[in-house]
Amino acid sequence: MKSLILRTTTRPIIVVLLLISIFLLLRGHDLPGGGFIGGLVAAAAAALYAIAFGADAAARLLRVRPELLVGWGMAATVVAGLLGMLAGREFLTGLWWVIAVGDQELKLSTPLLFDVGVYLVVVGVILRFVLSLEER
Amino acid sequence: MSALLVAPVVWPLATAAILVLLQGRLPIQRTLSTASAAVQLALAAVLLARVATQGILVVQFGGWDAPFGISFVADHLSAVMVLVNGIMGTAVAVYALRDLDADRERLGYHPMFHVLLAGVNGAFLTGDLFNLYVWFELLLIASFVLLTLGNRREQLEGGIKYVAANLVASMLLLTGIGLLYGATGTLNMADLALKLPLVPDGLATTLAMIFLVAFGIKAAIFPLFFWLPASYHTPPVAISALFGGMLTKVGVYALLRGFTLLFVADVALTHGLLAWIAGITMVVGVLGAAAQTEFRKILSFHIVSQIGYMVMGLAFFTPLGLGGAVFYMVHNIFAKANLFLIAGIARWYAGSFELKKLGGLYRHRPLLAVLFVIAAFSLAGFPPLSGFWAKLVVIRAGFEVQAWPLVAVSLSVGLLTLYSMTKIWLAAFWSPAPAGVELRAGPAPALLYAPVVALALLTLAMGFASAPFFALAERIGAELTDPTGYVRAVLGEAAAAAFVAQGGAR
Repeated sequence: MKSLILRTTTRPIIVVLLLISIFLLLRGHDLPGGGFIGGLVAAAAAALYAIAFGADAAARLLRVRPELLVGWGMAATVVAGLLGMLAGREFLTGLWWVIAVGDQELKLSTPLLFDVGVYLVVVGVILRFVLSLEER
Repeated sequence: MSALLVAPVVWPLATAAILVLLQGRLPIQRTLSTASAAVQLALAAVLLARVATQGILVVQFGGWDAPFGISFVADHLSAVMVLVNGIMGTAVAVYALRDLDADRERLGYHPMFHVLLAGVNGAFLTGDLFNLYVWFELLLIASFVLLTLGNRREQLEGGIKYVAANLVASMLLLTGIGLLYGATGTLNMADLALKLPLVPDGLATTLAMIFLVAFGIKAAIFPLFFWLPASYHTPPVAISALFGGMLTKVGVYALLRGFTLLFVADVALTHGLLAWIAGITMVVGVLGAAAQTEFRKILSFHIVSQIGYMVMGLAFFTPLGLGGAVFYMVHNIFAKANLFLIAGIARWYAGSFELKKLGGLYRHRPLLAVLFVIAAFSLAGFPPLSGFWAKLVVIRAGFEVQAWPLVAVSLSVGLLTLYSMTKIWLAAFWSPAPAGVELRAGPAPALLYAPVVALALLTLAMGFASAPFFALAERIGAELTDPTGYVRAVLGEAAAAAFVAQGGAR
């Protein structure tokens, strides 16, 4: 769609949307948010870009094919489940690594890896839909 | 042990992830897909062996104990169904190597196939009702993609009916799960078995009916089966065979589990209703098949008809009836899927699924004719093939509870099944090829024949060496009739004692 207004507003909105999506992804373990909703917001950002600038431009911006995101996302979720088992616990048991950064602490965990996987799958699937529809 | 129990789900999902990343590289995808299906079969065999020696196995995901976490439970029924899914997955993966066109493979057949296998295994193994819903959704999405892959007009038409019916079922299932959670505060199936007896009778029966409809749509029982004959004949044969053999049986499995473990408060009502449904499903399916003249459509209607026999075994609600239902289900998966695969080979020679355009296959390919006879006559219940024993057990269970009308119906439906199978035999195999139909010189690729021969051998084994299969079915029947062992395995000794004190043990 060649609309100057849409194209001009899309650029700042995308930045905000992507930041919100990462914010939602990271706070998702204890608070509302998580990989699924974060992925949807990121996909919405990419979809907006595809509507404003066309599917080709969106695909170029993304660099990888959406299918690959799905594959890596699925792999990440499976690995997140298996890591618990490698540690000698049940499947999908959460493992936590707390790293001190200054006076804050950074919590890394297998649930986070799981959520990142979900995030990638959601972004990949939705983008595949959007790009296919925009190409028509 | 924990690894063995999650492997039937994790293995195919990991395979699917890798296959997605290999998208477009067909030779590697084909090899990996087939090899992975074979490994899954091996894992399932080990699981069943372990269950047979150690009894019911349980895993609590994430280390959260039941009823708070999600449990995976493998009793004999679950382990057998996972093994059967492994066999079917391997057979279809091999068959698809020659049956499927490269276009469909490029569109993502291979990963979706493994997602489907994972969904089916998950549904068999889960011990949590909401988790069951999730696996149902997973297999529904995968099956929808497989059903419509290729975008032919008839596929989309069948696909819409399939998805519409199954989404209604999923919504009902979710509604029922919500109500059940509101009434009992738990969704762990073993815990529900403990807490459902405390729910007032009227509410319990309402819940049972909601689940009956939800599972019933997925199992394709009367009057909720219309989507099945409208869609199952549209995709390529390899996919049809997996659907026709495996998918509706997931619904039957859910009925078996739900109406032995959970909804047993008013057996006279619920299982009495199931008996009616069983009889009508049998008759309507077989009459529908008699009116069809397309190979795969006849088979599709027979799927519905045969679901009736399985529900009949469940309706009797005796160890023999339940074991018989499971024996019937396993026999039927092998025989039915094999008939679909044989239809595919028949088409390879004659170029059509229409009985009018088929003919002369007996003279052209005697081996194919023999394979057809094994599967078809087993389906019709001819001694000494597996279908005969399957029917015999279910009908004997009917004698025990003196359900004469249902026994009579099931016997006459058997004759009508024979009629349909004879119709295919006469048209496609015995009579000469119709004018203008040139049979392709053979033989068809060995990879098409191999799974058909393997499944035929299984049918023969279940017929001629039925003792071990019976022993297993008997054990499953006993486990389903008295779920105390299931409750003990998931929740521990104290809960099992409470279950027995409530009168749950039978």
